[in-house]
Amino acid sequence: MKILVPLKRTADPDNANKIKIGAGGAKIETTGLEPKANPFDEYAVEASLRLLENGQTKVRIAGDKLTIASFGPKEAATNIRQALAMGADDGLLFLSDDNALDGDLIARALAKVVEQQMPDLVVLGKQAVDGDSNQVGQILAELLQWPSATFAMSMELSADKKTVIVGREVDGGVIKLRLTLPAVITVDLRIVAPKSVVNHVTPATFTYPDGARFTPLPMIIKAKSKPIVEASLASLGVDTALKSKYLSFALPPARKGGVKVKDVAELVQKLRTEAKVL
Amino acid sequence: MSKILIVAEVAAGKLKRTTHSSITFARSAGLPFDVLVVGQHVGTAAEELRGFGAGVVKVADDAAFANYVGEVYAPTVAEAAKGYVVVVVTASSFGKDLAPRVAARLGAGFASDVAGVEVAGGVLTYKRPMYAGNAIAMMQITSETQVVSARQSEFEAAAPSGGLSALETASTVAAPLAGRVEFLSFDEVKSARPELAEAKVVVSGGRSLKSVEGFKTVLEPLVDVMGAAMGASRAAVDAGYVPNDLQVGQTGKVVAPKLYVAVGISGAIQHIAGMKNSKVIVAINKDAEAPIFQLADYGLVGDLFKAVPELTEAVKKIRAEG
Ligand SMILES: Cc1cc2nc3c(=O)[nH]c(=O)nc-3n(C[C@H](O)[C@H](O)[C@H](O)COP(=O)(O)OP(=O)(O)OC[C@H]3O[C@@H](n4cnc5c(N)ncnc54)[C@H](O)[C@@H]3O)c2cc1C
Repeated sequence: MKILVPLKRTADPDNANKIKIGAGGAKIETTGLEPKANPFDEYAVEASLRLLENGQTKVRIAGDKLTIASFGPKEAATNIRQALAMGADDGLLFLSDDNALDGDLIARALAKVVEQQMPDLVVLGKQAVDGDSNQVGQILAELLQWPSATFAMSMELSADKKTVIVGREVDGGVIKLRLTLPAVITVDLRIVAPKSVVNHVTPATFTYPDGARFTPLPMIIKAKSKPIVEASLASLGVDTALKSKYLSFALPPARKGGVKVKDVAELVQKLRTEAKVL
Repeated sequence: MSKILIVAEVAAGKLKRTTHSSITFARSAGLPFDVLVVGQHVGTAAEELRGFGAGVVKVADDAAFANYVGEVYAPTVAEAAKGYVVVVVTASSFGKDLAPRVAARLGAGFASDVAGVEVAGGVLTYKRPMYAGNAIAMMQITSETQVVSARQSEFEAAAPSGGLSALETASTVAAPLAGRVEFLSFDEVKSARPELAEAKVVVSGGRSLKSVEGFKTVLEPLVDVMGAAMGASRAAVDAGYVPNDLQVGQTGKVVAPKLYVAVGISGAIQHIAGMKNSKVIVAINKDAEAPIFQLADYGLVGDLFKAVPELTEAVKKIRAEG
């Protein structure tokens, strides 16, 4: 089985409150923030590896392959390399300026990558934590006319690898869908919980640690010799015109901190007489 | 004349209040609008929607729509959307899944989680939060048709405006993918409490509550005496203390109630993104340096296991006094 995971380089999401607005609102400045892989994409890599390996022996299923694709600056190779250290096999980097991309263009470009790579499954993060758009997987699925499931919190690949049952995290509960491969899946936070991914190769008794895996030194060294192929976005033959136009950016209105109360009695009194919400 | 098409959200035949936020979106754009209702047995929901000033309420009522499957809904919605300038769905999990699919089918640009809309000279400009709400962008969509999802917490639920919109049947379009995606089940988490996104008061708990029991015995009595909806941090959800759909934050639900009480929540930026537009914020945390205090209107430094029961009793007393 072959899986494709698109991965975006984003500014350190834990410090997104330190971004600045540059040049009179013309752009968002992320200087000083460490560029990291979008966490949801990292979860997509982890979940894909769990589909492709025996979790207990850490042996990969013969013939299976995990490819990472990224759109962005040359430096995004570092973030691809990180996914290779986790266990992905190779990377594709389509050089492009972040400001010349939008979700629609990424999805159209990915559709071309899928044509070339012919994966059985595309696994994406449900959203990038910078743009917060939550759209690429859905658009890609429609363009490919592949069945899809968004916001996956669980995946169970059938033993014959022809179908996958996905648990979708939605308002009010969990929806289960059975998709016939090839398919598109976008993952939510809980996809990296210990028992979220079932592939009928990893023993049912095996429990993964919570979260994406650490990359031990030997894996990091091994990743250095794995291939990352660079190409231009134009080489994919997509129309690079954007359908969205960003005019300006601003910081949100700041919220001023309030007061500390000394005890519950004072809290209740303030909520009643001052805030009038009790 | 440019017109908006609102896609209603209906669950088990019942109109969801997310739809009322899309109506407010359309009203604040100041453009005429129609409403599309897709589902099975949606007659009552469609009837209810006739009182909101829509030109037409279009209905696609079909057994194929018994359960929401994006691949099955999108072709019918895209067909109905032809001729409209804007298609809007509220950014619930339904809208987040459906709207980009419809955009793709129409070759339209898409803007998600829109928090405001302005029209000048016939051009629509959208306000949308990015970077966990740490930047606010103004943007436009350049394609002929535009698809947006509207953030529920930023568009207050619309009230009926009187009148009676015309009813029309929308054609049901066959979904070529229907055979390759099969709906198996919906495990619903039933709760008698108000829905998070609509509640006037939200009380949220964090990892510090330590267990399912902690939520049940310490937090829930406060939630209930306040008539509040219950929320949680990601850490509490990941630990399995409460159901997933109670997560408040950048990647969970965005809420803006009159009162938000954060109990034992540190205030990570991903959590703040989901509640910082609340009118009044209360934080109870034993760590005086917790970031949540930087935005709380009222902060109480202390042990939640002592403070929360006290607060519950105090509110009970007030309620008893009427
Ligand atoms: C991709 C991604 C997406 C995320 N999305 C979200 C999201 O949508 N929503 C979200 O909430 N988080 C999200 N997070 C997680 C976020 O970064 C934090 O880890 C999380 O919010 C922390 O939850 P917490 O405040 O309950 O736990 P902690 O950060 O561990 O804080 C616990 C707090 O409880 C206090 N405390 C402990 N014991 C007591 C006591 N007895 N009395 C009073 N106070 C006490 C402590 O002082 C501390 O401040 C996301 C993270 C990632 C990487």
